[in-house]
Amino acid sequence: MIRRRTRLVIGVTLVALALLALPFALSAAGTAWVRITNLAILFVFLSLGLNIVVGFAGLLDLGYVAFYGVGAYVYALLASPHFGLHLPFWVILPIGASVAAIFGVLLGAPTLKLRGDYLAIVTLGFGEIVRIFLNNLSRPINITNGPQGIAQIDPVSIGGVSFGDTDVLLGLTVSGPMKHYYLLLLLLLLVIVVNLRLQNSRIGRAWEAIREDEIAARAIGIDTTRVKLLAFAMGATFGGIAGGMFSSIQGFISPESFVLTESVMILAMVVLGGMGNIWGVVVGALLLSFVPEMLRYTVVPVQLALFGKLLVEPEVIRMLLFGMALVLMMRFRPAGLWPSSARQREFSIEKMKS
Amino acid sequence: MDTFLQQVVNGLTLGSLYAVVALGYTMVYGIIQLINFAHGEVVMFGAMISLSVISAAAGSNLPPLAIVLAGILVAIPACMGLGYFLERIAYRPLRRAPRLAPLITAIGMSIVLQQLAMMIWSRNILAFPQILPMVVYEVAGASISALQIAIIGVCLAMMGGLAVLIYRTRLGSAMRATAENPEIARLMGVDVDRVIAATFIIGAGLAAVAGLMVGIYYGLAHYTMGATLGMKAFSAAVLGGIGNIPGAMVGGLLLGLVEALGAGYIGDLTDLCHYKIFASALEERCSGGGYFVLFGSNYQDVFAFVVLILVLVFRPSGLLGERVADRA
Amino acid sequence: MSGLLLEAHDIGKRFGGVRALHQVSLTIAEGEIYGLIGPNGAGKTTLFNVLTGLYGADGGNFTFCGTVLDNSAPHLVARAGIARTFQNIRLFANMTALENVMVGRHLRTHAGVIGAVLRGAGTRAEEVAIERRAVELLHYVGIADRANDLARQLPYGDQRRLEIARALATDPKLLALDEPAAGMNATETTELRTLIEGLRADGLTVLLIEHDVKLVMGLCDRVAVLDYGEKIAEDVPEKVQRDPKVIEAYLGA
Repeated sequence: MIRRRTRLVIGVTLVALALLALPFALSAAGTAWVRITNLAILFVFLSLGLNIVVGFAGLLDLGYVAFYGVGAYVYALLASPHFGLHLPFWVILPIGASVAAIFGVLLGAPTLKLRGDYLAIVTLGFGEIVRIFLNNLSRPINITNGPQGIAQIDPVSIGGVSFGDTDVLLGLTVSGPMKHYYLLLLLLLLVIVVNLRLQNSRIGRAWEAIREDEIAARAIGIDTTRVKLLAFAMGATFGGIAGGMFSSIQGFISPESFVLTESVMILAMVVLGGMGNIWGVVVGALLLSFVPEMLRYTVVPVQLALFGKLLVEPEVIRMLLFGMALVLMMRFRPAGLWPSSARQREFSIEKMKS
Repeated sequence: MDTFLQQVVNGLTLGSLYAVVALGYTMVYGIIQLINFAHGEVVMFGAMISLSVISAAAGSNLPPLAIVLAGILVAIPACMGLGYFLERIAYRPLRRAPRLAPLITAIGMSIVLQQLAMMIWSRNILAFPQILPMVVYEVAGASISALQIAIIGVCLAMMGGLAVLIYRTRLGSAMRATAENPEIARLMGVDVDRVIAATFIIGAGLAAVAGLMVGIYYGLAHYTMGATLGMKAFSAAVLGGIGNIPGAMVGGLLLGLVEALGAGYIGDLTDLCHYKIFASALEERCSGGGYFVLFGSNYQDVFAFVVLILVLVFRPSGLLGERVADRA
Repeated sequence: MSGLLLEAHDIGKRFGGVRALHQVSLTIAEGEIYGLIGPNGAGKTTLFNVLTGLYGADGGNFTFCGTVLDNSAPHLVARAGIARTFQNIRLFANMTALENVMVGRHLRTHAGVIGAVLRGAGTRAEEVAIERRAVELLHYVGIADRANDLARQLPYGDQRRLEIARALATDPKLLALDEPAAGMNATETTELRTLIEGLRADGLTVLLIEHDVKLVMGLCDRVAVLDYGEKIAEDVPEKVQRDPKVIEAYLGA
């Protein structure tokens, strides 16, 4: 009896209210959960960014974490005691995003003529090189402060309100992480909208065409070089934004956060969710961010109760989940849990051939 | 000159280890066009398993070489089993999938194996018991240890053995035929599945010995040791020409030399104090024996990646490989 | 007399030691249907690929609408106005028929990332125009009822038409068809002939490679014959049919 459109509006409103109220509910369980949620949202950013490169354009980038790192370090260098610069948040974030985009083009350019697995390896190599440089650019001039990383990064400050402290607004206690949550939520909405629009646009179609058949795409006039570089640049931009946010939220970064394993984890999220499917990727990222944490809270006490000690650490469980996600997905549902219809057809043709 | 010869010695030692591991990558790629990401982890398991055996036997009165032998004898079959398991369970079901699927699976398995190792051997860096006597020879100003000689020797022997296998046995010709054209090989009566499994098993066996030697050489083992070593060995395989067996050997030795010489000299080469143009601008830093090194030996790991990228971008077929046709 | 659209001068192409094309010269006039025939291995597809930018010529050059185009990349050739189809049909298999043609409009439209994200009035208008034109083209080739089917689900004949529609979407001056009638039965071939004649009537110039001699002779205004990488005849179909060199090339040694 209720019209479809009304149901949609009610549904969206309920979801919105739930999302707005979430941090308060989580706070009751402990600030840690708000932080976990914030990190999960960051991973959604990263997954959506990688999704552009891997899912839309079909380029397997294994060095994606480099852009995350670049964005994080640009932010840290411009808003900490390291160089004594303290630029405002809304200035640095675009700078970080732009620098990351440039890196995207630089790292993508040599890979354009390479086919699938070689492209993956070269991007992996680039990711590692960036990490090594981040780790070593402390001599002779100290740029990145090496393995010690950069600390005391300025928290976000908007309109005089610092996001690092707890405030009381309208009678409610709003902690730093909670403020970050709302900021991230807002950014996430923007990122999702941008992604949806990109997918359903002239550029999005060009990416899909290149993924389907690059030679045909060139023959109908698509400048594949430019369009592929655009994919790298767009993906890198999202990575850079996520990096900047990471810096400001965490207050401290070091090269350890930007290792190959992170690239693989982001890939796992994209693969799990469904390459090319924006909502699938969002869910995939959330699943692989929250489930390990939830397991941590259940598995640890269970093990202690049953065996009296920790046989399998939560960290191990987390990484095992990622590894198994990749393996099992490729084996049983290579198009992902919520495949974009195109990808599902792609993988099922291969199955029919065999 | 002393540095040079010393670095050559170190480079050859390192390089022969890379070569043996690279063989595993190149054989698998040659036969099923898969980059076996998890191969580095097989090497790691070789190191860890042999470490466990050696540690257990270290207290006994057996001669050191026997203890090492015991380690090898346990590690080899274990790694072979692991290699077979990887092929059978993880890769074979995906033989007809689009190429990215097995690659992603390999990455996943590499992670799983690392975690398994961490569960078994803890996340600590483990030390290899120093049971072998430290014998060092001085040759022309450089020192070369008996261990280094042994490593180079064993690696060369293994490479030789593999060459004999590939070029003089029926299995070897079956492997070469399958690498050329699996369909035709099948028509000629080759059991392609068994040949592929054998390829993995042989590579894993080599990896086991390499793992043991790496562990003894550096005196350490850690559950993450396979990752970097694997990438470097893979770069070596690419350098020589992926899929090309002599190429893996050449690539390994060459990469080892490049890395050792590079690490040895890059500090000097990029010390801006050596260059007159900068010397005046950097007077305070450079005076009195000071230095202003842009890239020191701490950048050693970069060499392998740079080599990898340069080869793949400019000469994907590597040094010895034929032009790889685009099978897309 | 209409102007010359394409002039090829002494095109040569080697693959390693094999000489695929040797000093091939031809001219295609505006508004004509020009056929390229020859025995298997004569170099037809090689010449085709040179003229459409897939291969670079090792010798000689060609001009299109007065501009020199040899050794240009495929997308630049397309931009100049030459659109092609492929012998083995290269559609975007997992995109719908409509999407395939819409992608064909990429070349003549220009919304970029900013446009995609902001979706201003200009971009939206462009998207509407793209879709409308794509639907038009699907009607034109006769597969409008299949607009939302996946390209790979279409029957073979419809796939060929879709490829032509996609090529037309780039607003070409010259449409280059690589064996468009391959695998078609008599009815489909006749329909194809009607389509191509319609294209000519609408002002398009057509270059086509074909093995179906009846189709070529009935459809083309002029025909060039290649054999072993060289042009051995170039004339109206009736004369070419009776050319002794051509007969010998087809009947073999």
